[in-house]
Amino acid sequence: MTDKPILDDTSRAPVSQRGYVIEKSGMDDAIGGKVTINIDGKDIKIPLGTTILEAARSLGIRIPTLCYHEDLCVAGVCRICVVEVEGQRTLQAACGYPVTAPITVKTHTRRVRQARRHILDLMLSKHYGECYACFRNNNCELQTLAKEYGVDFFRFGHPEKPLYAVDRSSPSVIRDMNKCILCRRCVRTCIDLQEVGVLEGHGRGADVEIQTFMNKPLGEVICINCGQCINRCPTGALRANDPTDEVWAAIDNPDKHVVIQTAPSPRAAIGENFGLEPGTALTFELNTALRRCGFDRVFDTNFSADLTIIEEGTELLLRLYKALVEKDASIALPQFTSCSPGWVKFLEHFYPEYVPNLSSAKSPQQMFGALIKTYYAELNKIDPKDIVTVALMPCSAKKFECNRPEMCDSGYKDVDYGLTTRELAQMISETGIFLPDMPRSDFDDPFGTATGSGVIFGATGGVMEAALRSVYELVSGERIENIFEHADIIPVRGFQGVKYVELTLDKIGPVPDLLKPLVPNWDWLKGATVKLGVAHGTANAKRVMDDIKAGGKFSECHFIEFMACPGGCLGGGGQPIPTSPSIREARAKAIYAEDSVYEIRKSHENPAVLKVYNEFLREGPCGHKSHKLLHTSYIERGKYIS
Amino acid sequence: MLVTEQDRLRDDILAWGDAGGGSREALIPLLQRVQQKYGEISDFAMQVIADVLSIHPVEVQSVISFYHFLDLSARGKFIIRLCRTISCDIAGKDRLARQLENDLGISFGETTNDGMFTLEWANCIGMCDQGPAMLINEKVFTRVTPELVHNVLQACRASFGNIGLEGKEEL
Amino acid sequence: MSPSHTGELTFSTVKPRVGLQAALDKGRAGIVAEVSGSGLKGRGGAGFPTGVKWNLAAATVADEKFVVCNADEGEPGTFKDRVILNRFADLVFEGMIIAGYAIGAQKGILYLRGEYSYLRKDLEKTLERMRTEGMLGERVLGRDDVSFDIEIFIGSGAYVCGEETALIESLEGQRGEPRNRPPFPVNTGYKGRPTVVNNVETLAWIPSIMARGADWFSSLGTDKSKGLKLFSVSGDVERPGVYEFPWGLTIADLMREVGGENAKAVQVGGASGYIVPARDFERHIAFEDVPTGGAVIVFGPHRDMLQVVSNFMEFFVGESCGQCTPCREGNVKLLEGLRLLEEGRCSTRQMRELCALGETMQQASKCGLGQSSPNAFLSIVKHYGDEIMGRTDVIV
Repeated sequence: MTDKPILDDTSRAPVSQRGYVIEKSGMDDAIGGKVTINIDGKDIKIPLGTTILEAARSLGIRIPTLCYHEDLCVAGVCRICVVEVEGQRTLQAACGYPVTAPITVKTHTRRVRQARRHILDLMLSKHYGECYACFRNNNCELQTLAKEYGVDFFRFGHPEKPLYAVDRSSPSVIRDMNKCILCRRCVRTCIDLQEVGVLEGHGRGADVEIQTFMNKPLGEVICINCGQCINRCPTGALRANDPTDEVWAAIDNPDKHVVIQTAPSPRAAIGENFGLEPGTALTFELNTALRRCGFDRVFDTNFSADLTIIEEGTELLLRLYKALVEKDASIALPQFTSCSPGWVKFLEHFYPEYVPNLSSAKSPQQMFGALIKTYYAELNKIDPKDIVTVALMPCSAKKFECNRPEMCDSGYKDVDYGLTTRELAQMISETGIFLPDMPRSDFDDPFGTATGSGVIFGATGGVMEAALRSVYELVSGERIENIFEHADIIPVRGFQGVKYVELTLDKIGPVPDLLKPLVPNWDWLKGATVKLGVAHGTANAKRVMDDIKAGGKFSECHFIEFMACPGGCLGGGGQPIPTSPSIREARAKAIYAEDSVYEIRKSHENPAVLKVYNEFLREGPCGHKSHKLLHTSYIERGKYIS
Repeated sequence: MLVTEQDRLRDDILAWGDAGGGSREALIPLLQRVQQKYGEISDFAMQVIADVLSIHPVEVQSVISFYHFLDLSARGKFIIRLCRTISCDIAGKDRLARQLENDLGISFGETTNDGMFTLEWANCIGMCDQGPAMLINEKVFTRVTPELVHNVLQACRASFGNIGLEGKEEL
Repeated sequence: MSPSHTGELTFSTVKPRVGLQAALDKGRAGIVAEVSGSGLKGRGGAGFPTGVKWNLAAATVADEKFVVCNADEGEPGTFKDRVILNRFADLVFEGMIIAGYAIGAQKGILYLRGEYSYLRKDLEKTLERMRTEGMLGERVLGRDDVSFDIEIFIGSGAYVCGEETALIESLEGQRGEPRNRPPFPVNTGYKGRPTVVNNVETLAWIPSIMARGADWFSSLGTDKSKGLKLFSVSGDVERPGVYEFPWGLTIADLMREVGGENAKAVQVGGASGYIVPARDFERHIAFEDVPTGGAVIVFGPHRDMLQVVSNFMEFFVGESCGQCTPCREGNVKLLEGLRLLEEGRCSTRQMRELCALGETMQQASKCGLGQSSPNAFLSIVKHYGDEIMGRTDVIV
């Protein structure tokens, strides 16, 4: 396998709210230098182009911020980070001031403190809402600053009535513009980071507000439900559509059998909601907590992730067989993953002509839902109408996905409710449980066994790695460990925006029993080079798609993994707030650590999966029954709305 | 072949967008042309423009909403913009405003039922030495008195269908 | 349309192409030296030395550079650029060509405010004429190493686009929202390339300076404010119009010239400037004393200063771009305070709080708009406290 140069990774020039990010390394080379500046009496030597904010942080000096976010280009609009720069008539925004000369900075003079207090007072004069009736209570950047700056009365007034109706039209994201402070992080997230373009500033002056296209309800515009805006909103203006009341009602109803499946990413992050450092997985503590909350069964989504790998991998092999051996020109390649519902909707809107490339295999969440209301119901002799399936996901788009009308193949709604990590943490708090203190316990049977392959679905490149582990072994008959130590396929890991790898199949083995009904032999794959791509964040996905459209090297790929969220699921829109590159890295570490301790790390070796194929999906992967229950279809939505 | 208004609009935008190089810098001139020819920039137009310039419709709308001279809704054939800033204020813009409202039967921000006139306030139009002043489309009127309002409006009505109002300040 | 009292201007004595020819003869470094030596400062109001600006842009290495003429004259009370563009457009264009040659730019853009779009036809004609006369296009005045052309961009109605980075955003098809500075346009401007943005009047003076030399210009005016300046005079005066004087004349001198001797106060610098009460009319109009981009608005003895400032604040509330907190919300609060004053219901404490807010806006706003919008409010409180407090003549 060789590493190939990837696509140009620079994101599109940011649009509105453009801060001008100075290429620091470039400047170093050009001007060759570092510069010593003084902040609050402390000297620090920094590369030219470092902002005052970055320099102050490296000195351990706190400068408050609101519109600034590590993932986004600098806006410099809230002005809360203003500082005094000696010799400058006005105060300067620390976040947007790249240092190019030796300067002296003071971060908390009388002028600075007065300005910050005024700015907060001005924001509060337009911020309607009571802190104790807000999901961001105790996790709100505005609230924190109000406390830090001793706001004890509303100097410039406070709204007594809401000015905007709350927009609850989207199954995923709720917008309450009464709480918006116009920092425009959501705008920069949606336009620059994700390149979806739902939100933008509208009007000017005091009339400015953040709007969707023609101020339509969020449910009617081209939103992919990724929820990245929620993770970056400093206040409670954006939140996920929360079904906890319905979930509690199901739990409280003795006639309902309530099962929950938990995905690996929330387990690696939920500790953050209980004050733990990012990167502490609480998988087995969570199992105990969920039972105490009243869930009847707790299952591991990794089981259906393994199932997804088998179905999706088989689909890929079939597509390749039809295209390469049967020369069927109608087969769409490369095959795209379809487990990220944000990505799926992105493709349906912006590249509808590529819908046939999407794997028809459902996401792990939906496969699980379909099996619970069929296989599990039969096995346990429970009427599926009495089963309520809940999914703990790192994702706001999963709420949209489980409500897609196509997702009722069991005869019922396959998954009833999607809960985000934040929402479940809230439910657990409500029961008085402190999650980190819970004793550990296992998942329930019959889906109890899972593999490390399922776990790594949570990180970008994970689906690809899991698929490679299985496809390589199924085709070659050799162990993946022969070519990748510990089965760790390092080239597809990491947060690089776009990755491209090639794998040559030098050896072929016999066709395993599972796939015998589908292909006669692997001779046609001998010596073939499989080309693979990985992209995370829809901005990167867009670059890959544009490359494919232009006939670039990604058009020659056979299989591409796409995740809507930066970092993959671990950076999902349902994860704990805040998010940052270092937080996502810590979560990724937790996920790969969990993978490494599994005894079984390959999906096709999962005994529970094999049992399902033996007992229930008897025609095997991509067989008739699997097609009915585990596969789906997509919609060419397009990007015009009326 | 049947050519709908939407087809015509799309063809125009494609042609104008190409002429502007298809880059974002072409956006404002493109919006000005669409508005001039079609009297408004419709939802559909915004989506086509976004498509042509590879940006998002909400960005197009955002730009339109920022500028006073770009409109999201249809306006009259003649847009009267009366300067309300200090020198014209001192020179008596209030009485002129009242007379314009009286003669047109509308308030500021409104359009007459026949779609002929829209009445709007403008911030300083740079005619401070000759106030009160107003712009009607691209023609500037200075030292307008309430008594002159009727004649000005009549001149607009008379010119409609001929040339539109374009003109130059005479010094 | 009745005539304005615009007097004789030096511009009418400058012959076309003489300045341009003189400039090309001096060479790039010679031009920048001459402009620096003249002491010419930006005539839009901020007063940044033009020579320094050109020097910075000239020193930046780039594949492409731009000269932008800022004809987004939106400051209330300013109309000198309108007169210049109407009568001396060729001087402005020559100034752009000279700037282009000096910094190494081959493209100029005139950003003409939408309110002046009626000037476009004549300006295009002038450009066309200059092209046929060999002053624009390839080989300017027959010189192989000089090529320059100019296009006109029509604004769409936004005062804030007079701020140079907002203007560049607007040229790029964006909302006219000012950028963070640094980096400055001379390094990272239009399309990310080095860009010189100069006011119409600044550019119009260039051919004269080239033809007559830096010494001629710098001998006029004061120590820190060199040369001649155009003033737009309006309000309660007998002879409103555009006047030309050397920097440094007193307000009293100016009032005598324009017929405003009995004025109660003048607003120097437009809505974003300061109110100068009659007792201070001996002050000098210059960067070092009372600075201005040229707007002088005169208020007669019976003018209600509260109404004057309310008019200014209404202007800023409508023209703030709305991106930064102090300006977006602060202007509204100041206007609300003025409404309280109009109703005679503003406590001293409230007024002081608003003055402190005004200071914050001056300090913490992102661009010049928010940094200067409280000026009028603060100066009315300073000079006319007695007139505006405790009012009983409720204004509806």
